[in-house]
Amino acid sequence: MAQRGIREFYGKRMLAKYLPEYLGGKFGYEGEIALVDENTNWDTLAKENPWLKTKPLVAKPDQLFGKRGKHGLLLIDKNLGEVRKWIDERMNKKTKVGKITDSLTHFIIEPLVKHEEEYYLAIKSNVTGDTIYFSTKGGMDIEAVWDTVSEIDVPASTDIETIDVAAKLPAELDDKKRKLVSKYIKGLYKYYADLHFAYLEINPFAMSGDNIYPLDMVARLDDTALYECVEKWGETDFPPPFGRVMTKEEAYIKSLDEKTGASLKLTLINPEGRIWTLVAGGGASVIYADTIADLGKAEEIANYGEYSGNPNTEMTYEYTKTVLDLMTRTKHPKGKVLLIGGGIANFTDIAKTFTGIIKALNDYKDKLKENNVKIYVRRGGPNYKEGLRLMSDLGKTLGVPIEVYGPETHMTKIVSLGLEEN
Amino acid sequence: MKDYMLFDKNTEAVIYGYQRNAIQRMLDFDYVANREKPSVTAIVNPTALKGGLHKAFIGEREILIPIYPTIADAMKNHDKIETMVNFASFRSAFPTTMEALDYEQLRVISVIAEGMPERYAKEVTAKAKKIGGKILIGPATVGGIVAGAFKIGNTGGMLDNIVESKLHRAGSVGFVSKSGGLSNEANNIIGRNTDGLYEGVAIGGDRYPFSTLTDHLFRYEANPEIKMIVALGEVGGEDEYKIVAALKEGRITKPIVMWNIGTCAGIFKTEVQFGHAGARADKAAETATAKNEALREAGAIVPESFESYDVVIKETFDKLVAEGKHKPIPLTEAPAMPMDYAKALKDKVIRRPRNFVATISDDSGDELAYGGPYGSERSMTITDVFKNDIGLGGVISLLWFKKLLPTWATKFLEMAVMITADHGAAVSGAHNAIVTARAGKDLISCVVSGMLTIGPRFGGAVHGAAKYFSGASDAKKSPVEFVTEMKKAGINIPGIGHLVKSVQNPDQRVTLMKEYAKKNFPKTEILDYALEVEKVTTSKRNNLIMNVDGCIGILFTDMMRSSGEFTDEEMQQILDLEGLNSLFILGRTIGMMGHVFDQKRLKQPLYRHPMDDILYY
Repeated sequence: MAQRGIREFYGKRMLAKYLPEYLGGKFGYEGEIALVDENTNWDTLAKENPWLKTKPLVAKPDQLFGKRGKHGLLLIDKNLGEVRKWIDERMNKKTKVGKITDSLTHFIIEPLVKHEEEYYLAIKSNVTGDTIYFSTKGGMDIEAVWDTVSEIDVPASTDIETIDVAAKLPAELDDKKRKLVSKYIKGLYKYYADLHFAYLEINPFAMSGDNIYPLDMVARLDDTALYECVEKWGETDFPPPFGRVMTKEEAYIKSLDEKTGASLKLTLINPEGRIWTLVAGGGASVIYADTIADLGKAEEIANYGEYSGNPNTEMTYEYTKTVLDLMTRTKHPKGKVLLIGGGIANFTDIAKTFTGIIKALNDYKDKLKENNVKIYVRRGGPNYKEGLRLMSDLGKTLGVPIEVYGPETHMTKIVSLGLEEN
Repeated sequence: MKDYMLFDKNTEAVIYGYQRNAIQRMLDFDYVANREKPSVTAIVNPTALKGGLHKAFIGEREILIPIYPTIADAMKNHDKIETMVNFASFRSAFPTTMEALDYEQLRVISVIAEGMPERYAKEVTAKAKKIGGKILIGPATVGGIVAGAFKIGNTGGMLDNIVESKLHRAGSVGFVSKSGGLSNEANNIIGRNTDGLYEGVAIGGDRYPFSTLTDHLFRYEANPEIKMIVALGEVGGEDEYKIVAALKEGRITKPIVMWNIGTCAGIFKTEVQFGHAGARADKAAETATAKNEALREAGAIVPESFESYDVVIKETFDKLVAEGKHKPIPLTEAPAMPMDYAKALKDKVIRRPRNFVATISDDSGDELAYGGPYGSERSMTITDVFKNDIGLGGVISLLWFKKLLPTWATKFLEMAVMITADHGAAVSGAHNAIVTARAGKDLISCVVSGMLTIGPRFGGAVHGAAKYFSGASDAKKSPVEFVTEMKKAGINIPGIGHLVKSVQNPDQRVTLMKEYAKKNFPKTEILDYALEVEKVTTSKRNNLIMNVDGCIGILFTDMMRSSGEFTDEEMQQILDLEGLNSLFILGRTIGMMGHVFDQKRLKQPLYRHPMDDILYY
């Protein structure tokens, strides 16, 4: 639960639909935008968006990354046939954007807007409230002209109407434009606040007469406000960041995570890695990964993950099985290390969660032996003595060595033990 | 209380939200900390319209804590309350916290809920700042603890852990972190390597916590009881740089051991959101590594990795002691806490005989089961009840006899219920129900008044018929012998005789049941015998036919015997338990309810029996 990016498509749709409420009327932009994915039926799309056939068009990917012009992923002033061909050529193709490679799966098409000026506008949430950034030098690289940007702070709980926005805008704006821009900024800020945006950047937005058009937009919502905004956000989704391709196993754990009140997370970092972790708790899991990296073995970390929130035995069983399965696919000449770690739990019954883990370890008994796995356990909390005893007992029968430690041993001690001895 | 203090041994709290476990854990802490008065003075439960009292333990003693429907009520009645632990959900955490800020007496407010929108969190912070003098903790946190004085909600985990980490008495270390989950681990580390915690706060993992790491560090700096500071920061945000600045400006002078977690963030190919909403580096300065370096450079004691966090904490503490700056606070023993009954039971330390036994159904398993305990061979889950389409007869069979009878038998049970469901408005049961309904009484009173007429004269013949006919048949008495014997004993044969029906005008209900039994029962011994008896009685008078009660009783006995599912003892037991009357009671309840609905729909007035129909003598 946090700030999460949304597609430009939904951001602009929302803007067209709700901004007029805050401006006291329409502002020129009608939300003419179409989203294309691999399932899009072009005939239906053209029927639902008649402007596609009549206006010159712009097309670009819509997957939470910017600077699309710079990366050659912006098509300007073409007709629908040309746009379709351009998108078809790129759909589901692995594409390198900056350092990251991933498939292009979503594109947007919009009418080309003829305009005179390109402005820059952004609103960003910060510790004390929000800051509005405005510049008349809109365009691709705002960082290069950052000294032209006016900053207007809006402290939390402040009515934007009590702030003299017009006076804080750049000097080069004439009175008429200054008034107009100030009106738009105020309306946009109220819209931003009411709909719980955490970040909204329109760069550039075009002015044409009294109207404004968002040409390029980036937005993040505070997803904790879903309970208040479910209606206004509508079908807006929170796509994964570009480059974040989930493996089958990661997707499976995610599906388990969504099914329960408990938390189950898994990210594969290096499937060939020797050091695997099975850690309880969000904070502790980060510390374990940190410590492995800090001890100079970053390249050997196979996975990052955690389970917490008192998952039941079945869940820890499924989770462990998934990790063990990944871990025992390719052998390593030096063998492998499994760290079953965690801090001192508040209320999670350690024996209970260990029961699921032990069941999975037993299932993978032979494979663990074949892969020459060594297991280190450290945990504390309710019923930990019983949990640790179960683990020690398992060590006598499993056929792979298990070292077991409790709260008297420093939480990450098993990291150095595991790394030094192996 | 000094401004830099969060709580002391006398701090009284109101708990928003009826969190029974958290309240008990706070009171348990009070007990081991030897507090004079309990820390929980009042509870606000917004769903308790009129309030009430909550029963809780102090050690082995029980106390009552008042429950109020609103914060205002709690404040009005308890002017000594100075802190609120807000357990409201993420939806109501914002309005309730804003409301709490309006009360001058509430100096410290902790908000536990995870998922408060960031905008609202900032509004809370802005309001608190405007008012001044408030300390807020949260949102999305377990809270914090002042060792030996006051514990917020669930902080510190289980009691044995609290005592093991020396939290029942004050030490000399101030601790602050974002993570609440790791605070237990930190308490453990501090407990093992120093003389213990003085105060620990988890500010919560959100991007915009009400209070920051620095806010609490400044309080620790000001508190003379705190000799050294331990902190745990993380990747994301720039709060840690305020600490860097404070160190450089000399505003923090006490030794501070700090580590920022998330140094591994660089190994991920794409941005990963760690557990905390705030744990994401948006720029280089927000990475954990950059923070660790900046802090080290500013004079904080930063270990090489978390691996040596405990070592540097110990070194720092030992140095203070060696330099004579601090004399370790001795450990005192915590009073032993009586074990919870439920826990003792669970741990098999004690055993307890159950006051009730139930063998016909079980709602304690994964799903409801009929016929016996969940998972046992004789029971059937409610899912299987429908999957196997066992019908009402099957359910009766499971709940009354703890076994599923064959379908021909369960169908017979259903048939009996259907046939006895009603018999018009004139019979005593329906009549009573109707009179009661017309007196304006509620459904259950009407039905009960009708049911109370069921007995030896009304509906009771089922049982009698079964008893006498099976007895005579088993004794191998000839029908004539049986009839003569009964006559001699002056007993009307139960189940024989009808007011209106006769041989020439048979009771269709009896005909239907007889036909069914003949066709479907493996054997109908008693029925066959009874029909012979009927031949004898009807030769005397043509209305001395087998009636419906008799037929049910007789066939029920045949059903039990020919099913092969019952032992002789079981069958006798069913007879003794009025098992046969139960079919009539069950069936007739349906009809009586119908009559009650009928009368009420028709808006029938109070019934008064006509005077001229009564003989006053």
